Amino acid sequence: MLEIRNLNVSIGDKPILKGIDLHVKPGEIHAIMGPNGSGKSTLAQVLAGREGYTVTEGEILFENKNLLELAPELRAREGIFLAFQYPVEIPGVANIYLLKAAINARRKHQGLPELDAMDFLELTKEKLRLVGMDEALLYRPVNEGFSGGEKKRNEILQMALLEPKLALLDETDSGLDIDALKTVSEGVNALKNPDRAIILITHYQRLLDYIHPDRVHVLANGRIIRSGGPELALTLEERGYGWLETAEGIPA
Amino acid sequence: MNTAAHELDTLINRDYEYGFESDIDSDMAPKGLSEETIRFISERKQEPGFLLEWRLKAYRHWLTLKSPNWSSVHYPPINFQDIIYYSAPKLRDNAPKSLEEIDPELLRTYDKLGIPLKEQELLAGVAVDAVFDSVSVATTFKDRLAREGIVFCSFSEAARLHPELVKQYMGSVVSYMDNFYAALNSAVFSDGTFCYIPPGVKCPMELSTYFRINAKNSGQFERTLIIADKGASVSYLEGCTAPMRDENQLHAAVVELIALEDAQIRYSTVQNWYPGDKDGKGGIFNFVTKRGDCRGSRSRISWTQVETGSAITWKYPSVILRGDDSVGEFYSVALTNNCQQADTGTKMLHIGRNTRSTIVSKGISAGRGQNAYRGLVKVLKGAENARNYSQCDSLLLGNRCAAHTFPYIEVKNPTAKVEHEATTSRIGEDQLFYCMQRGLSAEDAVSMIVNGFCREVFKKLPMEFAVEAQKLLGVSLEGSIG
Ligand SMILES: Nc1ncnc2c1ncn2[C@@H]1O[C@H](COP(=O)(O)OP(=O)(O)OP(=O)(O)O)[C@@H](O)[C@H]1O
Ligand SMILES: [Mg+2]
Repeated sequence: MLEIRNLNVSIGDKPILKGIDLHVKPGEIHAIMGPNGSGKSTLAQVLAGREGYTVTEGEILFENKNLLELAPELRAREGIFLAFQYPVEIPGVANIYLLKAAINARRKHQGLPELDAMDFLELTKEKLRLVGMDEALLYRPVNEGFSGGEKKRNEILQMALLEPKLALLDETDSGLDIDALKTVSEGVNALKNPDRAIILITHYQRLLDYIHPDRVHVLANGRIIRSGGPELALTLEERGYGWLETAEGIPA
Repeated sequence: MNTAAHELDTLINRDYEYGFESDIDSDMAPKGLSEETIRFISERKQEPGFLLEWRLKAYRHWLTLKSPNWSSVHYPPINFQDIIYYSAPKLRDNAPKSLEEIDPELLRTYDKLGIPLKEQELLAGVAVDAVFDSVSVATTFKDRLAREGIVFCSFSEAARLHPELVKQYMGSVVSYMDNFYAALNSAVFSDGTFCYIPPGVKCPMELSTYFRINAKNSGQFERTLIIADKGASVSYLEGCTAPMRDENQLHAAVVELIALEDAQIRYSTVQNWYPGDKDGKGGIFNFVTKRGDCRGSRSRISWTQVETGSAITWKYPSVILRGDDSVGEFYSVALTNNCQQADTGTKMLHIGRNTRSTIVSKGISAGRGQNAYRGLVKVLKGAENARNYSQCDSLLLGNRCAAHTFPYIEVKNPTAKVEHEATTSRIGEDQLFYCMQRGLSAEDAVSMIVNGFCREVFKKLPMEFAVEAQKLLGVSLEGSIG
């Protein structure tokens, strides 16, 4: 589904990603861990098509198409979803309006008719329950005045509605209390299916207690220095990244 | 390549949709301004003598004035002798009895503007006093309104049929000595709308007039007078579009609102005049004097406006809060694009006790647009416990445009509370990206964000106008209520 080959990315003159290789198959869940500033969000943003990053080398294939040629809104409509680490506020725009515009943009792209107001509302309420979000938040301006946890839930709500093929979750677990972590994880697990791939960016093993990854990768200083099974996350939790950097030293 | 910015540019540079000129024989006054011109106008309109006298006084006063020189807007000098001050569409039998009698070309013009009178009559329940050039040619729903004792007609008709009301109220809010353009308007005003709501009557429908500038070189000098008597209330809508042309057109209207005890007037404007081409050539100059007088206790006047057209807009809808406990409101969205200049704002003059005013101004600048907000809040000595809240937000699209905010506050009573808040923001790249990551095109994302920015003001508009307003800002229908 997703193939990243020797991806090198700079911001201005500063290289941030230095040769990333990553292969994700449908149905798989990958976790990306790594110290602050190692390039995790950068990778997610480049996948989603944000401006301001220069790909100096390498390629990204999504369902065998050259992803780097696609405009961000087309990537979204093709089924790539990014749950932002810092969701932005959009004053005056009702949350539900953005949701409706988003879902209909996707449906139009798929050649499906737009959802009418009733069907849309019904679907939205079902997904609200899934992520344990208060209905009142639908009618408030997008993310404005939402608590940290509410913002994260809102991202997952959008994901649940848009049913992406590839979901990128950038630290969706940070800022959640224990109960919220559980409901959000359940929401993500409910979306797990053989056609969908999920990439989780996280700092905490905790999340992986709820969502079980197939692969765990450690990103440090713009490189994936180690990949492994779920047990890798446990070792990291115990020993920190220092262990990898000193013991291995060399990129994997 | 920066796709978002590119799409933003296309959106901004969309051509004016309503640019066309219709071709109707006009009965015109000779070019130029003189006492003869004024007598010609007054005679054509079969006006009572007091009105001609008033026009002449205004004209003589105007002769002593100099064309104003506003600091923040720039425009070439206007040659007042090069303007046609009166032109009326030729009608077959003088006044038409029904829509069928109206010049088909005129009806087609309205069609092109998307305001077919018949449909409006049937569907919208809006009484339309349509002003084409300078004479009202069609008025609907008159009977329904007449049953309530409401007078809603053209200014000339009011001068003939209700001279006592016109005499009593005309010029009582905006005197002909008020300013250069008000004096000019008072001398040569061609027509306009008159509305009187008798005591205790709530007007059963939104009243509306569509203005349209037509006929080459005919400056438009509309005059509107709305009176809500004790305990009466009315909501009035004003909207305009103009055909594309090459010369700048002057528009200098005067609007006077009078609210007596416990009366309410809501005046909404969606204004979409031709702003000129990309270099600002050919747009409308809009210099308007709009003022409301809360004359009675507990009266309320609200101005809501959405300004997207005009090459130059200079306009300060104001409220004089004379009655105790009276309320003045001003909600405004002004969009300037390309070379448009807008200098708008409001004045709230607190005279009575416990008077309250609210100002919400949203300025959007795109292209090389210049947007200035100027607000004056003046609390006089006797205005115990006066309150004002002002909020001025500016949104910038791109980096060649600008927004300026000039709040003036004068408080002569120590019990007054005046609050002012101002913000300026640029449409954030992160907001755009967020929306696009959810599948929206850059164009839709911009519309949505701009629409959200204006929401507080749109909420104040009557439904159908809110929809129109959003269309004007390039926004889909659903956004309004969502
Ligand atoms: N616009 C920018 N200009 C310059 N440097 C940037 C910019 N954006 C990110 N960087 C740098 O790129 C590096 C990687 O940042 P990134 O946000 O991808 O890290 P991260 O792994 O997500 O970190 P965290 O765990 O703290 O979220 C950091 O050193 C950061 O300072
Ligand atoms: Mg990050």
